[in-house]
This record gives sequence, C-alpha cells and structure tokens, in this order.
Amino acid sequence: MASNDTNLTTRPSVAVHAPGTTISGADSANASVMQLRDVSVYYGNYEAVRGTSMPIQQNQVTAMIGPSGCGKSTVLRALNRMNDPIPGARVSGDVLFHGQDLYAKDVDPIQVRRRIGMVFQKPNPFPKSIYDNVAYGLRINGIKGRLDDHVEEALTKAALWDEVKDKLRKSALALSGGQQQRLCIARTIAVKPEVILMDEPCSALDPIATAKIEDLIFELTNDYTIVIVTHNMQQAARVSHYTAFFTAEVDEAQERHGRLVEFSQTGKLFTNPADKRTEDYITGRFG
Amino acid sequence: MTLTAPPAARPAASGPDLTRAALSGRRRFTNHLATSAIWFAVLLAVIPLALVTYTVIAKGGGVMSLSFLNEDIPNSYRREGGGMGPAIVGTLLITGMAALMAIPLGVFGAIYLNEYGKQRPLARVIRLMSDVMTGVPSIVMGLFIYISWVLLVGEQTGFAGALALACLMLPVVIRSSEEMLRLVPDELRQASMALGARKWKTTLTVVLPAAISGITSGSLLAVARAAGETAPIIIVTGIVFSPNWNLFDGSNTALPAQIFRNASQPFEAAQDRAWGAALTLIVIVLGFTIIARFISSRFAIKER
Repeated sequence: MASNDTNLTTRPSVAVHAPGTTISGADSANASVMQLRDVSVYYGNYEAVRGTSMPIQQNQVTAMIGPSGCGKSTVLRALNRMNDPIPGARVSGDVLFHGQDLYAKDVDPIQVRRRIGMVFQKPNPFPKSIYDNVAYGLRINGIKGRLDDHVEEALTKAALWDEVKDKLRKSALALSGGQQQRLCIARTIAVKPEVILMDEPCSALDPIATAKIEDLIFELTNDYTIVIVTHNMQQAARVSHYTAFFTAEVDEAQERHGRLVEFSQTGKLFTNPADKRTEDYITGRFG
Repeated sequence: MTLTAPPAARPAASGPDLTRAALSGRRRFTNHLATSAIWFAVLLAVIPLALVTYTVIAKGGGVMSLSFLNEDIPNSYRREGGGMGPAIVGTLLITGMAALMAIPLGVFGAIYLNEYGKQRPLARVIRLMSDVMTGVPSIVMGLFIYISWVLLVGEQTGFAGALALACLMLPVVIRSSEEMLRLVPDELRQASMALGARKWKTTLTVVLPAAISGITSGSLLAVARAAGETAPIIIVTGIVFSPNWNLFDGSNTALPAQIFRNASQPFEAAQDRAWGAALTLIVIVLGFTIIARFISSRFAIKER
C-alpha cells in the first residue's frame, strides 16, 4: 500500500514527532491565527458549551480531546460557522480570526468557510468522480487557471495522487474508507484554506489508514493550521502541538455543559497536567 | 483460494447437529408456510399484470400496422381500417407539454419544501395542499380547467388538456421529488457548505445530481399516469379525426379518449381500433420509461 514515490518519502514518520516533542519557541514565535474569547454555544435555551477561551496557533496542530458530549465538536463547528443552519444554535463571546470577529453582523459565513475548511468524521465524498470531487471547491470558488494542475497538487498533498492518478474519472465512492477520507482532505486543501478543522477524521478508519492520515496531518502543517477533534488520546499525543481538554459538568440547575478544563502544549498536558480532572482522564481513571 | 478442511473431514459426532433435520417440526412447518405464502402472493400479483398484457397484445396486435399508427381516425365508427395517428400525435403533444409544465415546477417546489421551507408554516401548507391535490379526481380537474380556461379562451384545445394533466401531475412530482431530496445525506450538504458553497450552488450541483435518478423515476410515474388520463381529455380537448399539431388552436384528441369512445361502440371495427389504441398507449408509456431511465443513468454516476 505504501507509495514509493520520491515526492512523498520525505514525509516524516509519526514516530519522529513523538509526544512531548517541544515545538521550538512555540509560544513566542507562532502568531495565533484564531482566538476564542469566552465562547459559549447555545442550542435554543440550552447552553451546550460554556465560556471557552483558547488560542489556535498558526501552522500548528491543536487537538481537542474529552469524553463524549463534552462539546468539543460543537466548539470546532463554531470555528467556521457550521452550526449556523441548526435552528436555535447561537454563539456568544468572540471567535476571532486574525482579530476579526467571525460572528460580527457583516461577516459572510461563506467567506469564513472559504478560509476555514472542514473534514468530517465520516468520509463524505460527493457521488461524483474523484476528479470532480477535488475540482468542485475550485469551480464554485471561481478559481481560474489550470484545473488539472490544481487537482493534481491537492491530491499529491493529500498523499493520494499515486493511488488514484489512473482512475480520476472513476466514482469516488469506489475508493476505500481511508482513501475517501484523504480525498475529502484533498478536496478541502484544493481551495487553499488557512485553517483546516477536522472532526474525528480517523474514527471510521482502520489503524493503517489512520496512520496515513496522521502522517498527512503532520505534513500539512507546513501550509495550514489544523484543529482536530479526537476521541483518541494517543492520536492527540501523536499529532498535535497543543491540546485542549474538555469535559462535561453538571451545574446547580442539573444541566450538563461542556467546559474547557485545560489548554497547553501537548507534551505538558500529557506528562504534567495542571488540573486533576485532566490527569484523571489521561490516566484512564475517568471517561 | 485455499479452502479449509471440508466439513466431512470433521468427526460428525463431536459437533452440534447443524443439519436442517435438527429443526423442530413446528419451525420447519412455519418456514414452509411463510415461503409458500410469499410465492402465492407473488403469483397472485402477477396474474392480472400478465392477463392485461396478454389480452392487449392479443387483441391489439391484430390491427397493429404502420398504417394504423399514422392514418387518420375514420369519422364513422362503423367504418373499418383507418388508424390512430391523430390520437398518437395528441397524446405525445399533450403529455409532453404537461410534463414540460409540471416537472420543472414540481421539482423546484420540492426543492423549496426540502431545502428551504422545511417545517416553516408556508411549507407545511404547501405540503398539505399538494396531498389534497393528489386526491382530486381527474374528472374534477377536467371540469376545473374547463371553467377556468376553456370557457375563458372560448374553445377546446390540446393546451387545455395539457393544463389539466399538468395539474394532476404536479402534486405527484412535488411529493415524490421531495422524498428523493430527503434521502440525500446531510453530510453532502455540509461538505459542500464547508467548501464555501452557497446554498443554491450546493442544491444545484450536489443535492440535485445525487437525487436525479429518483426524481426522474417519480416524475416518470406522474407522466405515465397522466398519459392514461381519459376524463379531462374528453372534457377539455374535444375531438378531431385528423392530426392537429397545434396545441393552442382547435380541438385535439388523445389515445385514452379514443379508447373510451371506440370501445363503447357496438361496431367491431371500432372495438378493434380501441384495442390497437390501448396497445399503442402501453408501448408509448414503456418508451417513456426506457428513455427516462437512460437519461437518468447518464446523469447519475455509478456507485462502483
């Protein structure tokens, strides 16, 4: 399965980027591309996530971990306004992107999503050809120039080109699950967003496909900022530079709210967590 | 292709008895009963279908010829020979025009209901009205068009027939298309949205292509049903004996109306023409089906 194309062999293996690897001067050198300030997400009257504040650093991988129902996906979807179509969903606080509030009145969600792309939990290629899947975003965004080159570039970056270059006109649905997910990543990077949000991108995949995607995530940080939600703590430890730990808490009114417990560099969070709840979670005493 | 040891190699005595004989008599009996009941139901359902097809082919096949398909209808039922040319022309034109009006309108209506209206009050009202409209008898629709169009224009025309058929098709197209759009997974809409597509673009380039083959089948059922409608045609399009290619000027006729008129005559020549017309109508509807399937298969990308 592993491709021997020379273009791709420079890809570092996941092991190189082990947990605890400190990112040289991460805090000072990297500008934060996004900033959450006291963000709460509501579905109707229900406050699903309460008061989240954290930065998203440029060209780094930020992981969101936590037990089910802790609101990590909800926060992720708030970052590019994917919650908008849900009736009753609203966001309070500031979601800043280069200092600009994404929820300001005059912000067009379409413009937001063109710059902040998303990869979903279940691979969801369009029922079109492989080529058309990648070209779709380019076409709708009116990207001119040689479509073929753009498609090849995106597929190459997604480490899929060698596997599909001879069957670009075949249906994307004929690909395996892991290939479909890499196609979805190729589709997302084809429109050249700044930030890519990934909502448990490997949870439907086997370990080999997962390893490929993780390699890919690491590779993508050269050009993109990545935020990944995952159930899998090892995955967060393997791929991310920063980790945010969320949990669900029951308040005085017996309502469950998702809360951000701790945010720090991944190495620190996993080896020396500041909060007792984080420690309990990562050591497997809870969740 | 390596096979594991054949079952016979296993000592028979050691394992549990997996043969059918081990089942209790009651379970075996129930199983046979259910299977036979299903076969019986299938046969029962096929009998009318086969009989209708056989009778129409047997009786209509006798008069079928090229001249039957393009000659004028004799203006006396008693006279032998002649053909159904004008009725074929009328059926194709009227049904075609009705489809041209009802299918785009119905599909756009369905898009509104499923993609935009959802559970809003207006959408609920439209859904209710189209359900009610599905139940309106075709003769009532014919009378409605007679009053609101034929009396207004002052003559019976093929277009009036097309209007009546379009009104009959519309609710069927709306509801079946809406069901098909509902089957399109929401993940596809989200994927498109996350790429920065506007809603109309998503609907047009992702949702509609994904649903197109189902929408085609649904619309086709509506066309097939409309092609067989008799009452509204008799009321609003009148009758002609030579082809009228103009839907907007003068009376017209269609195959179902000709079947009705000719079959209710005591003359054998007329009855033969009715059978021939019936066979022609079935073949035309079959033709529509094949064409539509072909088109939708060209549209939809294969699963594998």
